[in-house]
Amino acid sequence: MSQLLSAFRYAALPEATHAFRAEVREFLRTAWTPPAPQVRARSWMGFDAAFSRKLAERGWVGVTLPKEYGGASLDAFSRFVLVEELLAAGAPVSAHWIADRQSGPLINKFGSEAQRRFYLSRIARAEAFFCIGMSEPNAGSDLASVGTRATRVEGGWRLNGRKIWTTNAHHCHYMIALVRSSGEPADRHKGLSQFIVDLSLPGVTVRPIRDLAGDAHFNEVFFDNVLLAEDALIGNEGSGWEQVNAELAFERSGPERIYSSIVLLEHWLACLRASPDAARHAATLGRFATHLATLRNLSIAVTTKLVRGESPIVEAALVKDIGTTFEQEIPSVLEAVLGAEPSAEVDADLLATVAYLVQVAPTFSLRGGTREILRGMIARGLGLR
Amino acid sequence: MFAEAIEDILRDQCTPAAVRTIEAGGSPAALWEALAGAGFLDLLLPEDAGGAGLPLPELYPVLAHFGRYAVPLPIGQAIAARALVAPGTSLPAGLLTLAPALRRSADGSIACPLVPFGTLAQHVLAADGDQLLLLSGASAQRSAAGVHHSQVATLTWRDAREAERLPGDAAALAPLAAALHAALLAGAMTRVFEMTLQYCNDRVQFGKSLGKFQAIQHQLSVMAELVAAASMAAEAAFQADGRTPRLLPAAVAKARASEAVVAVANTAHALHGAIGVTEEYDLQLLTRRLHEWRMAHGSEDHWNRIVGERLLAADTSLAEFVRTA
Repeated sequence: MSQLLSAFRYAALPEATHAFRAEVREFLRTAWTPPAPQVRARSWMGFDAAFSRKLAERGWVGVTLPKEYGGASLDAFSRFVLVEELLAAGAPVSAHWIADRQSGPLINKFGSEAQRRFYLSRIARAEAFFCIGMSEPNAGSDLASVGTRATRVEGGWRLNGRKIWTTNAHHCHYMIALVRSSGEPADRHKGLSQFIVDLSLPGVTVRPIRDLAGDAHFNEVFFDNVLLAEDALIGNEGSGWEQVNAELAFERSGPERIYSSIVLLEHWLACLRASPDAARHAATLGRFATHLATLRNLSIAVTTKLVRGESPIVEAALVKDIGTTFEQEIPSVLEAVLGAEPSAEVDADLLATVAYLVQVAPTFSLRGGTREILRGMIARGLGLR
Repeated sequence: MFAEAIEDILRDQCTPAAVRTIEAGGSPAALWEALAGAGFLDLLLPEDAGGAGLPLPELYPVLAHFGRYAVPLPIGQAIAARALVAPGTSLPAGLLTLAPALRRSADGSIACPLVPFGTLAQHVLAADGDQLLLLSGASAQRSAAGVHHSQVATLTWRDAREAERLPGDAAALAPLAAALHAALLAGAMTRVFEMTLQYCNDRVQFGKSLGKFQAIQHQLSVMAELVAAASMAAEAAFQADGRTPRLLPAAVAKARASEAVVAVANTAHALHGAIGVTEEYDLQLLTRRLHEWRMAHGSEDHWNRIVGERLLAADTSLAEFVRTA
């Protein structure tokens, strides 16, 4: 059997996660008042620093980080459960999201002892928010062609260039940026390094970019002779490409790649239950449930590999591609459902939520690696490239 | 352990040539004896009843192998049937299949439409309301589906007295048969994917193998995704403590696996080119079955509706329903 396919075996979440799930649900019930569905649909695009701090007070930011650095030393299964409940509710988790999901684990894995001590406890207290510094105006899917450059100077580095599509840069304290530290663009994967950039430094300019739904979560970030200290370098100089790929395995494998449209689905279900002709939509609704059940099991299979310390890069790419296809299908199918009866009254929240998701759904298969890049990675995993 | 032993037998005995022979009306006796004679019919019986006491999760790889080798006999049905009847109830050792439905007519006749292996089954186990009925294949009027080399037939019995009532769990028949076919589909789709991947590595056009073209690579990647999803759904249906799969996981499995059939079979044929639709090439042994099994015991339209109806009637969120299904 193909090795890639045999990697997907059924695994149940461990019993210990059940009690934890109940705690998370109780927290959400008591500590948070859910806003309208079209607001909740933003979920991991919804910024609410106060909510993140409340979570942090419970010890639920940076849960997989070691206790000695302020984390909770929980495994990836517990993080799966925590994130699943937060996303299913549509909680506004974006303030701490990137730090929790990838920056913290990256610093823990590749950082120096001093960097771990400095950053990880701040992440776990929801006092240090991070953004991703990968895409540039001329380097999107072709990530290895980044042109932002760090040049060695006395006592550190000088940074010049710019990053784009940087979600929450205007709210964040730090960016982990992939930049060229030696060689030329033609050297591709060689000569790239990752730096932790303090966004309050002189020479950093953040310019918001408004999106088609009226939100301004992403930004363009300019670096004009920004002086970085020696210890801004994370991991080894020249190892940026390997590190960024390990980071992307964290970024692609989680439940957020299957739950982006769940708030819409839940609200539609609530509307159907109150409607006299729900039965004629049973198959459409049921199909979404069968897909979600299966995707969830695939995602847990990937999480099982993370727990074992593996780096399931190709498996994560495969689940993300199916997951985002599912996330995009939900609003597109519901748009047709809502317009099926021109004379019927349409729930205003349902309409607004469908409209929001239809507008932003194209980004589901762009962020974290485009569909085409992922399919290329799967093909490589199959031995075709 | 059993899965490996069974695969050894299948590799040796259930060759493409053997499948073709039986499909064409040849004797199934040798292959049936190789499988049933080795004691595999009683895999699910408890050890103190002379069986192997195989837990349900370990049945999944066995059934997937039956799909992978396009086994032209109701061996999966005969093994599964032993989990439906009450403990201590014996079933005949011959070719026994499961009926997707049973209709009674006013004149006292019984009909079971589109029964898998209805052309050659010696016995048929059907759910008649909340009861199990064992019917004799020999006394049935068999009406083959009329599809080339299909073993599906509609069976009718003039006289309902021919049926024997058996104690057991009639309500479990539909979920069990759905899960069984999901496993067959997963096994066959995995094989279809492997054949297609191999073909794309071997076949050279424009001076390089097909698998080097990006357009082909992306089709194979999507195919891998679909097979992974169908296999995961099928395997999940067998994760129960009891003797048979529960309704909702079985429904999810059959719906998801059936839905994947069209794209998997179509891509396999598209990438194989014309050789894939020839009788001599083995791909057709599998893709014909994929379409047949998609419909057997309910297609995705049937099972999605059942899942949706249960969800509408439940008092939980969709996310929780899915998690606890």
